[in-house]
Order: sequence, then structure tokens, then C-alpha cells
Amino acid sequence: MTITAILVLAAGTYAFRLAGPLLRARLAKAHGGEAALPPRLAEVLSTAATVLLVALIATSSLTDAGSFAGIALPAGVLAGGVLAWRKAPFVVVVVAAAVVAAGLRALGVP
Amino acid sequence: MAGAIAVVGVSFGAIAVASGMDWWIPSALSVLVFAGGSQFMVVGVVAAGGGLVAAVAGALLLNARHLPFGLALGDIMGRRPLARIVGSHLLIDESVAFAMAQKNDSARARAVFWFLGTTAFVVWNLGTIVGAAAGQVIGDTDAYGLDAAFPAALLALVLPALKNARTRNVALLGAVVSLATTPFLPAGVPVLLSLAGLVVLVPAPKKNEEVAA
Repeated sequence: MTITAILVLAAGTYAFRLAGPLLRARLAKAHGGEAALPPRLAEVLSTAATVLLVALIATSSLTDAGSFAGIALPAGVLAGGVLAWRKAPFVVVVVAAAVVAAGLRALGVP
Repeated sequence: MAGAIAVVGVSFGAIAVASGMDWWIPSALSVLVFAGGSQFMVVGVVAAGGGLVAAVAGALLLNARHLPFGLALGDIMGRRPLARIVGSHLLIDESVAFAMAQKNDSARARAVFWFLGTTAFVVWNLGTIVGAAAGQVIGDTDAYGLDAAFPAALLALVLPALKNARTRNVALLGAVVSLATTPFLPAGVPVLLSLAGLVVLVPAPKKNEEVAA
């Protein structure tokens, strides 16, 4: 990892972040000032964010470097998910996921 | 929530250093990039022997989701130039998710966005430093299940949005698309392809069905 790579990633990420609010301001202007986005577009945009996050969860808990990640990792994430669904505090969810994955690996589960 | 971000930050710092990176690299990423998913991705790709260009490109593709986030968030961060310049850097999954949940009360949504954004920034960076220090001692971070912390935190974050049946269907289809393409495409691309799931939204919502917002 070089400092150049870090700076390129940082600059690009910031550009994506800044583009949203700036574009939104333009879109709103085009639709006549204060007016929010059309409801259908707003629905698609807010759903898009959820879709990307769920895809990130699925790929980062089921795959590792392009192939199946094994059982311990998704089992840990699933345990965290069940706790989150049962309204456990956020920190409990995260720690439980790590503990379950670590425990299964200690027992020899891949 | 701060505790969870701290734990995930610790896991990030530890995983990065344990994979052989200098101690300052995870901290530089946490301060300058401040996007957990992409940070885990660059570290993972580089640790797996992937090229630096592929790692950065994949991470940037993953972070492209911040553009629709920012569009959806709109004026919640504030309208003044300084608010947008600083607020944009604090635009993360957590601050967006919790601010959007308060969308009907814009003053409250703004307070939530700024409070969560700044808290997350401080805690994420402190966690990274602690993790980087611990990673030099630990060695095998998988044995501690540290790789499960990040996806579990994200899962807790999106669960409320998945109560909406339309959103859930789109997200499940998208996840299937990205899982199916993961073996064949460079890291980062499959996550973007999940947007194909949005075709489910093509028929307009039925009148008795609540619009996802």
C-alpha cells in the first residue's frame, strides 16, 4: 500500500460523497426550488442504498477472495443478525458475531 | 452504536497490520477515506496478493454508493458550502441510515446526521489505532473472528429498511446477483451489479402498499 494509492482512494471517495448533495441541489432547482425529488425517484434512490449494503453484507460474509468463505464466518454474521433482529444493542451484535466465528474456528470448523 | 464502530475499527486496524502492512496505513485510510467497506476491501485485496490498481479501483466502485446516499440525504446535512464540504466527508452508511430514519423531522435529522458522523469519525479512528497496535501482537485475526464484525455491523444497520417487502425483494435479488458474479469479476464490481435488483421496482407500487422512504 502506497501513500499515492491511499490519496487516490481518498480523493475519489470524497468526490462521490460531495457529488450527491451538489447534484441534488441542481435537480431540486430544475424541479422548481424547494421541491423534493419525485417520489418514485426518491424511492429508487433510497432502495438503491439498501440494495448495495445488502450485497456488501452477502459478499463479505459468504465469499473470501472470490470463493466460498467457509462456515464459521457466515455463521458468526448470522448470529449477529438474529441478535439485531431481537433488538440487541449494536455492540452486542458485533461482539457476538466475532465470538461465534472465533468459537467455531476454535472447534475446527473452517 | 459508538461501541460497535469502535469494535469494527479495532478489527480493521488489527486485520491490516496482521496482514503485513505498516502501522500508519490503516490510520491513514481511516482518517482520509473513512469508509469501512472500502478500507476492508483494499486491505483484503492487497493481502491476498492482488494488484494495487485493482484494489483501489474496486474500493472506489464500492464507494460509488455514496453518490446515491448523498442524493437521498439531500439537504439534511445543511445547505451552506462549509456544511456540504465537511458534512460530505461524514457521509457514511451509519449516519445516512439513522438520519434517514428521522426524515420527517428535518431539524432532528440534521442533528442526528452531524452527531453520528462526528462521533463515528472519532471512534472509528481511535479503534483503528488500538487495532493496529493489537494486530502487531495478535497475528492470526481470523482466530478471533474479527472478519465477522464488519458484515454483522452492516446487517444490524439495514435490518429496519428490510421490513419493507419491496425493499427486501430488491435487496435479495441484488444479493443473489452479486454472489453469483463474485467468482468471475474483480472485487467491487459484483456489489455494484446488485443494483440490477432494482428492476423489481419497475411496476409502480400498489395503492395499499406503502412507498419505501
